[in-house]
Amino acid sequence: MLQTKLDHIQTTKQYQELVESGKKLAVVCGRMGPMCIPVYDVMDNLKSKYPDVTFLDMEFDAPVAAETIRRLPETRSFSGLPFTVYYRGGKVVAATSSIQTKQQVKEILDAKLKD
Amino acid sequence: MDPQAYDVIVLGGGPAGLTAAIYLARARLSTLVLDTGTTGGQMNLTHEVANYPGVASTTGAQLGQVMRAQAEAFGARVMSQAELGRLALDGLVKSVEVEDEGVFTARAVILAPGGAPRTLGLDSELRFKGRGISYCATCDGDFFTGQDIAVIGGGNSALEEAVSLTKYASSVTILHEFDHFQAHQWAVEEARANPKIRFLLEQTITGFEGEERLTAVTSVHKRTGEAVRVPVTGTFVFIGYVPRTAGLPPSIRLTDRGEIVTDELMRTSVPGVFAAGDARAKRYRQITTAVADGTVAAIQASEHLSGEGTPAKGRPV
Repeated sequence: MLQTKLDHIQTTKQYQELVESGKKLAVVCGRMGPMCIPVYDVMDNLKSKYPDVTFLDMEFDAPVAAETIRRLPETRSFSGLPFTVYYRGGKVVAATSSIQTKQQVKEILDAKLKD
Repeated sequence: MDPQAYDVIVLGGGPAGLTAAIYLARARLSTLVLDTGTTGGQMNLTHEVANYPGVASTTGAQLGQVMRAQAEAFGARVMSQAELGRLALDGLVKSVEVEDEGVFTARAVILAPGGAPRTLGLDSELRFKGRGISYCATCDGDFFTGQDIAVIGGGNSALEEAVSLTKYASSVTILHEFDHFQAHQWAVEEARANPKIRFLLEQTITGFEGEERLTAVTSVHKRTGEAVRVPVTGTFVFIGYVPRTAGLPPSIRLTDRGEIVTDELMRTSVPGVFAAGDARAKRYRQITTAVADGTVAAIQASEHLSGEGTPAKGRPV
């Protein structure tokens, strides 16, 4: 399990339930490396500013990632950790590869997940 | 008492800033550390730290976490992901604006903003970030197993990571702007001895090609003008760091490379403002030298507060 302050997606069933719920989600799929830790930190910091978004992480090397996020068409061309995927209404609305700044994450949240 | 007023504000939560915070807070000076990203600074980019005295081996991120915890245990407030606004550093009372948090004031400020990885500044570089271009071999090396990749750079990081990447890649082409390397001799020899590595020197990178993913890097020989196209599916960029000093007021004197000018006591061109760590103009940039800078800056800041006639809240460090 990743050592972050985010909730963890650990099974494919859990992932499917979350996505099918239609909730606004931001999922960071990574490891505990130099490009991933800052993104977990950004998401943790933004929780209070975006209370209607659920911020989660997923371990890149776990089976759940191989069965879900790593198979998405949106992440097919990705080769930089972490993969960060945003969902709304059961669909992927944005996805990024590699490290992201707080400003970059906020721009996506504001553009894709704000009412 | 104004809850936003501190004795000292430290801008930057890397080893320099956190060391300063440890010293200041232990001396019972109210201390606020503001970091625009994740605390730990460039230590977070270091997978293994094996030369920090007293610590046989750790990760950079872990070392940063311990430093932060230590500073907070002494009473420092540490805020990461702070979005800085206006800095007013010239007066007796300095102020720092933080979005959603308001304005913080202090009679001394320590600038420890560190550095950020230098990029090539090409539009195509941005386009392929995470889609073939990477700045972290330990993070992304395994995506390129059995593939041809490039490493751009000629310092220790570039050569050491190139060697490390041969664990995965079938070939590694090092492209460097000069005709010689800036790395330690042993790093150069190790790279030259590796059969998977080839070298293209005196190159100016002109762009990156591909559709959804990277397929090639292009360059030009600086002397001959010969155009070069290297088919690769991955490129790792290790071309040094730039100091994070862009937002500082003009009264803070910088070198022509943007590094903060200080004397040996970490004093900048503005009274009551000190600088520490990699953003300072100096020759050697290591965790240990950053820690040393932070120590000196903290002691100087404390003496500055005492010498002003405004009693500092705690005993001298």
